[in-house]
Amino acid sequence: MAIGAFSHGPSGTAVSSASQKKSRVAWFLLLPGIVYLLLFFLTPLFSLILTSFKTAPPAAFIGEYVYAFRWENYVEVLGMYGEHSLRSFTYAAIATIIALAIGYPLAYFIGVRLRPYPLLQSLALVLVIAPFFISFLLRTVAWKQLLADEGLIVGTLKAFALVPPDTHITGTAISVIFGLAYNFIPFMTLPLYTSIERLDLRLLEASNDLYANSFTTFRKVTVPLTLPGIVSGTLLTFIPAAGDYVNASANFLGSTQTSMIGNVIESNFLVLQNYPHAASMSLVLMGAILILVSAYVFKSGTDDLL
Amino acid sequence: MSHNESSVFATGGADLELVNISKVFPGFTAVDNISLKIPAGSFFALLGPSGCGKTTTLRLISGLEEPTSGKILIGGKDITNTKPHQRTVNTVFQSYALFPHMTILENVAFGLKQRKIANAMDLAHQALALVELDHVASRKPSQLSGGQQQRVALARAVVNRPALLLLDEPLGALDLKLRRQMQIELKSIQSEVGLTFLHVTHDQEEAMTMADTVAVMNKGKIEQMGAPAELYELPKTRFVATFLGQSNLFDGTVSTATSSTVTVSVGAHSFDVPAARSAVVKGEITVGVRPEKIAISRTKPAASKTRTIVGPGNVIDASFSGVSTQYLVDVPGLNTMTVFEQNDGDIVKAGTQVWLSWDTEFSFGIPFEAAEFIESDTSTTTLAAQAK
Repeated sequence: MAIGAFSHGPSGTAVSSASQKKSRVAWFLLLPGIVYLLLFFLTPLFSLILTSFKTAPPAAFIGEYVYAFRWENYVEVLGMYGEHSLRSFTYAAIATIIALAIGYPLAYFIGVRLRPYPLLQSLALVLVIAPFFISFLLRTVAWKQLLADEGLIVGTLKAFALVPPDTHITGTAISVIFGLAYNFIPFMTLPLYTSIERLDLRLLEASNDLYANSFTTFRKVTVPLTLPGIVSGTLLTFIPAAGDYVNASANFLGSTQTSMIGNVIESNFLVLQNYPHAASMSLVLMGAILILVSAYVFKSGTDDLL
Repeated sequence: MSHNESSVFATGGADLELVNISKVFPGFTAVDNISLKIPAGSFFALLGPSGCGKTTTLRLISGLEEPTSGKILIGGKDITNTKPHQRTVNTVFQSYALFPHMTILENVAFGLKQRKIANAMDLAHQALALVELDHVASRKPSQLSGGQQQRVALARAVVNRPALLLLDEPLGALDLKLRRQMQIELKSIQSEVGLTFLHVTHDQEEAMTMADTVAVMNKGKIEQMGAPAELYELPKTRFVATFLGQSNLFDGTVSTATSSTVTVSVGAHSFDVPAARSAVVKGEITVGVRPEKIAISRTKPAASKTRTIVGPGNVIDASFSGVSTQYLVDVPGLNTMTVFEQNDGDIVKAGTQVWLSWDTEFSFGIPFEAAEFIESDTSTTTLAAQAK
């Protein structure tokens, strides 16, 4: 670099070449990220789009498709799986609300009440992510056993005649939503914690001082100031929950009556080998989530806060 | 409740009375059995070093802390067990605590809206106009300078016309010039709106220039309370004598006491103190005199019944500070004495032999106490450094 500076006569050129060099370094550092995105996001996405328009040639084997522009694939999946889409978004929305209702007080407790005790705070955060130490599948299977008809929970309730003897929880919407909420609570709690941890408590005192009771203070000061955490927590819960296929699967907490989009895509890809339908369904899910999320982010106006 | 509130707000200022208030935190007593009464419409300052319990006292009044014992009355009504939002008290916080997600106007209108005042926005604009900031009403707090934020915080509190306005070192974060300017503004706003102000500060100059009454706090107790001039001219404790300005203090014992004069022997020296200005008439005593009351002369002044003369001593340091010169004079048998002399062109050089004299009327007698860490240097920066 020093040699480059000497070889150019006017100092202006040297300065601009230095800044060029700087931007080249920046590009170089960005390169792995760009290559990664090209390889593992844009290429599969492009391939998925192509697949979604594929068609089966005459007298094809199962799973044999050729490139085409068969847009009817989209019409077909929307007709066949509209119910599943609606169910997915409903389940995901309810699970997100439950996770928020549980995660917010939890994050508030860790971020505010435990603030004077940093050691306890770290310990509590470790406990929030502790479930990740055990496989997600194992934990979900464990819940299936706990919620089973003769399992600990339903069995006990039946023994005390608190529920009718023919009660089922597994295989119903309740157990699927419960499973989704349970599995995504850490994803809700952590972003909430990062927002709440920075909350200036003196602002809450100021609000109290200005005649606002605790509830109004929460609504007018605490929630707006922790909105970035609420938005990212709900997104991190809602998006994967809407596409989840484990909780709703009949092997875990669901049944054929609780199939979500994820299950539809899974069975089209792996069982029916109807790749165009699976691909178009994936793109429908992606589009729907993009629209919902951008409407949500726009509505909550967090860009102003971030 | 709302009827009661509006009647209190309509009257503007109200009396504040603290009755035997104490606040004990695990391990230490922040406020130790304080009783005081602040009349409606007055400007009252609580002055003390950091950690003396003055901010805790303020938080007890605003309701952000609960007292361990004692009662708080505003306008004669016991409010000890009410929540902060139920009290007709507003605070200007040291950190300003402006809501960052609201505009300046929304910040100022916040309290009014909580009380469902009909023309909240108009009143908020008026309050902003009072602090000359109506033109930034639509901005966010982060877009304002420290001084502007301070004025918004003041407007946000004043607009509610509280029975009592609490100011928690509101000028602490401002630079000296802005602070002096804001002191004058605050004082004029106070007389304009006629509210009762309770101002907490560790800046003795700020307390003395602004307040009608100053209470000097130390270790959770009020050491002395009175008009600024009264406190300065006749301190009653060693802490007040050294925290509020500087004092030359001599520890000695009372040798004779008559109804008019207390005579104190300090080593080989003997000082007369007017009996009316001495808190002690027998045993151990500390005699004091303010540095600016002392005259310095190269020749021995003629003996006089009304003047106290010490010397000869040696000038060990003369520091020029524009308006005055500060001398440190070593007088054998006494401590090093501090003298402030108006600059009249005649500066005595270090090493000169001098005599010091002052009108005996200016001497004061206070109870003897072992000297503490606070000596003569009680500047704001030193205190701030000691605090945290």
